[in-house]
Parts: sequence; C-alpha cells; structure tokens
Amino acid sequence: MTDTTAHGHTSSTGISNVKLGMWTFLGSECLLFGGLISTYMLYRGRVTGGPRPSQIFDIPFTSVSSFVLLMSSLTMVLAVSAAHKGEDRKTNLWLTVTALLGATFVGGQVYEFTAFYNEGLGFSTSLFGSSFYTLTGFHGVHVTVGIIMLMSLVGIFKRSEVPGKKAEVVEMIGLYWHFVDIVWIIIFTLVYLIPV
Amino acid sequence: MTSETTHIATSAEHSENHGMSDAGYIRIAAILAAITALEVSTVYVDFGPLFLPALLIMMVVKFIMVVSYFMHLKFDNKLFSLMFYAGLVLAVGVYAAFLATFKFFIQ
Repeated sequence: MTDTTAHGHTSSTGISNVKLGMWTFLGSECLLFGGLISTYMLYRGRVTGGPRPSQIFDIPFTSVSSFVLLMSSLTMVLAVSAAHKGEDRKTNLWLTVTALLGATFVGGQVYEFTAFYNEGLGFSTSLFGSSFYTLTGFHGVHVTVGIIMLMSLVGIFKRSEVPGKKAEVVEMIGLYWHFVDIVWIIIFTLVYLIPV
Repeated sequence: MTSETTHIATSAEHSENHGMSDAGYIRIAAILAAITALEVSTVYVDFGPLFLPALLIMMVVKFIMVVSYFMHLKFDNKLFSLMFYAGLVLAVGVYAAFLATFKFFIQ
C-alpha cells in the first residue's frame, strides 16, 4: 500500500479527497461572505447621525494593508512551491513570512477599528457601523485562524509529525489563505474604494 | 500497474507540476500589485463614467488571477473548479436577487 492510500487521501478517481473537501468548503464560504457583503452594500448609507464612510476611511492606510495581504499570497504560494520540491527550510521560512504579513494586516485592522471607534463609529452606532464591523471583523477572524494554522504547521514541521503528504498539507492551508486574500480583494473595492 | 496506482501516480505527478515557476508567481504578484495601485489611483484621479466599471473589472481580474494561478485552479482538476465556482455563482445569484428585492440596483 502506498503512503497516499494509507492515509486515504486519494479516491478511485485519482482526485485528492482532502483537496476536494477544501474546495467545497471554500465554495460554501462564498455564500457566507456573499451574505455579509450584500448586507453591507444595503446598509452602507444608513449612518443615522454617526460618521459617514468617507469621513473615517483612511484609503492610503488601507491600501498599504491590502498590499501586505496581497504579498502574503505570494509568500504562501512560494511556500507551497518549496514544499512540492521537498525544500523544508524554505517551506518553513515562507510559511513564517506569510504568518508575519498576516499578523501585520490584522494589526492594521485592529488599529483601524480603534481609530474608527475613537471617531464615533461604534458597533451599534448605525447600520453602517454594524454591517461594516461584522463584515471586516469576520474577515479578520478568518485571517487570524489562517495565522494560527500557519504557525501550528511550522511548529509541527519542526517536530516532523506531519500526517500524510507534507506538500498537500501546505497546499490546503495555502488554498484557505488565498481565499482570505480574494475575499479582501472584493471588500477593498466594494467597501473602501466605491463611495456611498 | 493497476488502474488505481496509475491514477495515484498521475495525481502525484500533477500535484508536483502546477505549470508555474517561482519567477512566474513573482510576475503574477507584480501584476496584482500594479492593478492594486491603479485601483487606488481611481480615488485621486477622475475617471468619469469609467470609474465604477473600471474598478469592478480590475477587482474581477485580480480575483481570477489569484484563483487561477496562486490557487492553481487553472492547472488542477476541473472538478475543483466546479465545486468552487458553483458556490460562487450560487452566492452571486442569491445575493443579487436579495439586493434586487430591496431595490438596491435602482437607487
């Protein structure tokens, strides 16, 4: 029995079950974020006395955050590439850099939320505030979960206790990470760049 | 070699050859960064009536580039594309209908 079949990763069709499961999960995540983005689009003009989006959004700051997250997708794909080549040191390095870039993005989001709160936009200030914090907060939680997975993977690799094929494990976390990036691509355009 | 092992060998070979080198990924990242810069420029430069269509097109191009190249969907089994795009199309359809009921598109 091969290593692949021992871990049950491949079906009789030759398709990895784990990968198929991950893509199905990501397809279902589209529905989650679709709901949150639609709700924000509907309520973004309902400010009821609170600050308007144009009054609080700091486009240069958010642009830098977006760029950081975009570059974390590059480092993630380089980690996947190194894992496929069996280059363990490079894989660990790129995974760590990806986690650090992700942490920088989340740090930026925490700073942004604090600044918005100080400018008068609380979670229950207006429908705009509620839908904005819910959407971007959910995304931030996804990034945080991704960082935890990346750092856990680096820790597990150092102890060499990786179940199944190492490259496939890195690739699955990579798919999740890139998904988080494409969701931000949409949020950045629809929430920050298109005025109300 | 049995049919099952042939399938496994093909799958492993496929997973190790995603059709792009590291330099290729860096080129894609550079294009994505350039498009992001162009997106941000729309806030400061008047694009007139092209503003909204240009932003939406750039958003879709970036989305497809990440999914196709970084997530390897372009080079992978078509079933993965089906699972992902089915969810995406369902989401877009359901929420476009949801927004339409609130007359979002005729405001």
